[in-house]
Amino acid sequence: MKKVAYPLTKALSVLALTSTLMLMSISFIAKAEEFELSGKVGVEQRYFFNEGQFDSQLKSGQSSVYLEPEFYWSWGDGADSITFKPYYRYDGQDDERSHGDIRELSYVHAGDDWELRAGIRKEFWGVTEFQHLADVLNQTDSVEDFDGEDKLGQQMINLSLVNDWGIVDLYVLPGFRERTFTGQKGRLRGAIVVSDEHVQYESSAEENHLDGAIRWSHSVDVFDVGAYWFHGTNREPILTPVYSQSNTNQPIVLQQYYNQMDQFGVDIQATIDDWLWKFESIYRTTEQDDFWATQAGFEYTYVGVFESAADLGLLVEYGWDSRGEGDDNTPAASVQNDIYFGARLAFNDMQSSELLMGMSADLDHNAYSFIFEGNRRVGESIKVSLDIRLMQSTEPTDLLYSIREDDHMQLAVEWYF
Amino acid sequence: MLVKSINKLVLTTALSMTMLSAFAVPLDKEAAAARGLEISVEAKARDTGWSDNTSDMQMVLRNKQGQESVREIKTKTLELLDDGDKSLTIFNKPRDVKGTSFLSFSHPVGNDDQWLYLPSLKRVKRIASRNKSGPFMGSEFSFEDLSSFEVEKYRYNYLGDEQINGLDSFMVEQFPVDENSGYTRRIVWIDKEAYRVQKIDFYDRKNSLLKTLSYSDYKQYLNKYWRADSAEMVNHQSGKSTTLKWQNYAFKTGLVDGDFNRNTLKRAR
Repeated sequence: MKKVAYPLTKALSVLALTSTLMLMSISFIAKAEEFELSGKVGVEQRYFFNEGQFDSQLKSGQSSVYLEPEFYWSWGDGADSITFKPYYRYDGQDDERSHGDIRELSYVHAGDDWELRAGIRKEFWGVTEFQHLADVLNQTDSVEDFDGEDKLGQQMINLSLVNDWGIVDLYVLPGFRERTFTGQKGRLRGAIVVSDEHVQYESSAEENHLDGAIRWSHSVDVFDVGAYWFHGTNREPILTPVYSQSNTNQPIVLQQYYNQMDQFGVDIQATIDDWLWKFESIYRTTEQDDFWATQAGFEYTYVGVFESAADLGLLVEYGWDSRGEGDDNTPAASVQNDIYFGARLAFNDMQSSELLMGMSADLDHNAYSFIFEGNRRVGESIKVSLDIRLMQSTEPTDLLYSIREDDHMQLAVEWYF
Repeated sequence: MLVKSINKLVLTTALSMTMLSAFAVPLDKEAAAARGLEISVEAKARDTGWSDNTSDMQMVLRNKQGQESVREIKTKTLELLDDGDKSLTIFNKPRDVKGTSFLSFSHPVGNDDQWLYLPSLKRVKRIASRNKSGPFMGSEFSFEDLSSFEVEKYRYNYLGDEQINGLDSFMVEQFPVDENSGYTRRIVWIDKEAYRVQKIDFYDRKNSLLKTLSYSDYKQYLNKYWRADSAEMVNHQSGKSTTLKWQNYAFKTGLVDGDFNRNTLKRAR
């Protein structure tokens, strides 16, 4: 059965919110001064070098296709706009990876020094590259890729106020999105499959808890600074093994539990000549534990390296978490004393060719990962990218241990329209 | 203030110029520098007071084999009299970078403040701005070629007069003050009729001729400001070239400081 990651009930509540806005705006759309259709279609092929560690995982090839159109209407000289960006991926092997989402369905009104943004949107907070600690509003769409960069659309009403002393953003977030997880046949997962049934919440309102956040951000001289407070449902679930109540070929599954959290976060970047100094830190309190975590480092760019037009960027980041690495019974943080190295080569050519190499190492135990990414434009509107990811770990508590046989190569061809 | 001291310099230069021309003596080094500065100050003065402008730009990149690639860019610029201009650049083509936008607070001296918005990640990134010599979107234009002309960015040397595009023109040599510039010098042809840049020769860090930029089809806006409809940059060393074509030039459109911040960067289309 093909699954849509957006459960019907939630879709309906979201629809209620946005349809009100849409109705309000529909008469305006008729007068829209501008309409634009753009987007992308992609084909992706993964090849796993080894057989999976767990029974029923796909053997070596994984193919999928995806579509992400964007519809944009605007009027009032761009002061009012509506954006609709649906997304769907069909995966030939993993049913859980075949999924759809509304990445964006929002209305934005811009005043002189304020903006109102309402609907389903994505908002990114932070400055670092290898881990996004500060980025907390949107749920991770982890079936898309295991790097955590892909996010699900989040329902929100956001009032943004521009002041001389910075921008203040106020958020009301009605409704919550469960994280997506790889299915039984999928690779890049743990030994036990995460179930999307009987999801538990700390709040009696469950996924309808009204979350809120306030953020201040400002640029002063070489510094770009942001600070926020978030109150609501933790985007990271606690996973507990339970006996499966439905599927007989998976006797034990992981049940998701989402607690409530308060999180304070800061992100700072200092841009000094060819150096970017980056710092992110969060303090999170939940019923289960309170902890600090930090990701910090730098990026240095050699402009016109090797007497060419290319730029070479070198990145170093360090990640720390006050919970430490935990033990076999209580695994704690996945990034607790980890170091990252990266190199980015931008050729600055007609095809925008780019190479990115990265490495991460856990300093507390034996766990490494390597990534290699290369991409370039072919013709006017096709982008080709090749990714290679290698994982190594001998430590059963480490996240990489369960995916240590999942080294793979991934080729994607995207057509933009 | 710098502007005042320049005015004063221009005044004294103008005085010394009249004296010099009266005696018809070839210019010595100092006088040539002063004359070069004077011409550049006049060119800047004639292009001051437009408040803000918007335009659509098309770039056609051509390699040695004649293969072409097109970029479409929208720009909004706010003129600041006491600092460099603020500008917002929005990319429409190539399609894979559509929606990407770029905010720049330029400064006559020192590094500009620059932010890049990546729509697929919804992320605003402050970027290092010392990369003045790097190519802009794979074209033959570097970032510094596209930044606004500010008098303080160069030292000057007046080389003489020459006819170009059928117009009597000044030839002024300009030496970048910024050590991160990709050039040792530029030679600029400025016509005497309206002080418009007609042509620029760029010399690389080894002082060999690298590129030539030629402007064509100047049109006047608001009865004062001249803008070219097209410009062609030819790289003599690589054989590549880039043509720029501008459309929909508008001045005094009512842009204000509040149109240039992180929020407008994210919303720009």
